[in-house]
Amino acid sequence: MKIIVLMKQTFDTEAKITLDGQGKINRQGVNLIINPYDEFAVEEALRIKEKHGGEVVLVSVGADSVQEALRQALAMGADRAVLINPEMEEVDEFTTATILARAVSGLGYDLILGGWRAIDDGSAQVAGRVAEILDLPVVNQVTKIEIEAGKAVATRDIEGGNEVVEVSLPAVLTAQKGLNEPRYPTMKGIMQAKKKPMEKKNLADLGLSADQAAPKVKVLEYFLPKPRAAGKILEGEVPEAVAALVKALREEAKVI
Amino acid sequence: MALCFELTEEQELLRKTVREFAEKEIAPVARELDEKEEFSYELTKKMGELGLFGMFVSEEYGGSNVGYISYIIAVEELARVDGSQAATIAAGNSLGIAPIYYFGNEEQKRKWLPRLCRGEILAGFGLTEPNAGSDAGASRTTARLEGNEWVINGSKIFITNASTDISEVVTVQAVTGKRPDGKNELSCILVSKGSPGFIQKPMHGKLVWRASNTSELYFEDCRVPAGNLLGKKGEGFHQMLATLDGGRLSIGAMGLGGAQGAFEKALKYSQERIQFGRPIGKFQVNAFKLADMATEIEMARLLLYKACWLREQGKPFAREAAMAKLVCSEVFHRVANHAVQLHGGYGLMKEYDVERFYRDQKILEIGEGTSEIQRIVISRYLGV
Repeated sequence: MKIIVLMKQTFDTEAKITLDGQGKINRQGVNLIINPYDEFAVEEALRIKEKHGGEVVLVSVGADSVQEALRQALAMGADRAVLINPEMEEVDEFTTATILARAVSGLGYDLILGGWRAIDDGSAQVAGRVAEILDLPVVNQVTKIEIEAGKAVATRDIEGGNEVVEVSLPAVLTAQKGLNEPRYPTMKGIMQAKKKPMEKKNLADLGLSADQAAPKVKVLEYFLPKPRAAGKILEGEVPEAVAALVKALREEAKVI
Repeated sequence: MALCFELTEEQELLRKTVREFAEKEIAPVARELDEKEEFSYELTKKMGELGLFGMFVSEEYGGSNVGYISYIIAVEELARVDGSQAATIAAGNSLGIAPIYYFGNEEQKRKWLPRLCRGEILAGFGLTEPNAGSDAGASRTTARLEGNEWVINGSKIFITNASTDISEVVTVQAVTGKRPDGKNELSCILVSKGSPGFIQKPMHGKLVWRASNTSELYFEDCRVPAGNLLGKKGEGFHQMLATLDGGRLSIGAMGLGGAQGAFEKALKYSQERIQFGRPIGKFQVNAFKLADMATEIEMARLLLYKACWLREQGKPFAREAAMAKLVCSEVFHRVANHAVQLHGGYGLMKEYDVERFYRDQKILEIGEGTSEIQRIVISRYLGV
């Protein structure tokens, strides 16, 4: 069973986001991690491999710094990694999905896993787009995966309950929190990871031109959310305070 | 290009991994284990699964062979969160595993190392006695050969990892005769749990490392096979010194990691605690404390890493190991003191962990050679 995991490196969940002089997101000194939802996907791929045998291949689009995240997933137990550097200033979901789909189709696959979204831009588009380009079924936000002969039975969260979906393989499944508890890389795993293959490619290696992968979306402006204003304490007796609260909710907060 | 202060990619990943493990698995339970004075089998198992035992042991005996600097980084990261768990790992490796790995014969290594490296069992190093602390040569525990058995009599005290349910073996230093110069001949003998006449007893009521196991050991005509001798008869003193040289680096790592942990807590608190209308870190008297703490930690780290680098290069490192152990433990002493001072009244409460760091600090100036003994070791290298 050949399992592909689509992986993204993101800012640490505790990173403080700032803008630089050009109004771009400042990446200096920020701690980078494996996107937590992708980490669930890596863990699940390893568990499926441990049960059914096969190979786990990591595929990521990004700059050289992504190697660190890939090395960590290799230390967890993945077999090899492919990193495609698009060498572009900005990419969008179309670019990333186009590159990933091309890279993945060259590798061959029985199952493709990824996080349902990345915690940085939170667009939740890439895995779905990859499935569309490769003409594969996709099941989103799964919390349980059972692999049977030629098919996967996936449980996914829906409002007020769960949905159990049977899908023929190959397919794209995206991981939701609750799917598993990712393992720590072991000390041995960390040592073995440096001997595992990590292929670095660019667009030309995949037979893609810069035009074919050019982003469709252009970011016009980044801005930080307004700092939270101080809370307001309503004075007076309860009936008057309630009246003032309703008025504030209607006129100031505009939530009712 | 000879000087290089950068860690390798693997060492960085290892640090990140152990840090995350310590923060997620150890930090939430450290205070409770300390309060109950309880050794955690669950954490020991988890640390074993992570591969924290046998870090400098070759893979053929079940180790991960990640190198000495990596081992020291791991101990440092554990100590940054909890001295007790760091002690279980540091003693487990430097005192439990190391003598068997470096001085054991093939059969002894095959018998003990794989399970020790998985963290399924623990080994102790029985050196200190009630009347032989800094004066290790004053050992009164004796071993005499009777037929094909050693018969051991005496007792040991303050032995880490030697009386848990999984403490399966202890390396015991005993007097096995007289040397030609009239001094005691010392040898190390492996004594396994359940040997007749061998009693392992946990010690309670400790100020420090309350979630680590500390033991008293008694040998009453304790009988073990003659083949349990570690190395050759009479090599015990040399084996003990070599083991302690390595052990000093791990104690240094505990001082460094503890200082780092206490400093980070003090820094955070100084930025959040408001008095006289501003964060207390804004007051120069406190800012200077923090500056001193950060500077001393950097100094300690450089010295410790240099000593580890010497060891990894196969160069003499005993002088630097003694210096690193001395500096790291004394830096931790000052940093922990400042950290409590910066916390004011809250620093005295268990709710703020600097209280635990303040206590745990003290052992590092005493265990594995007191600060005074380190100064003796260093001064002897000076030829005075």
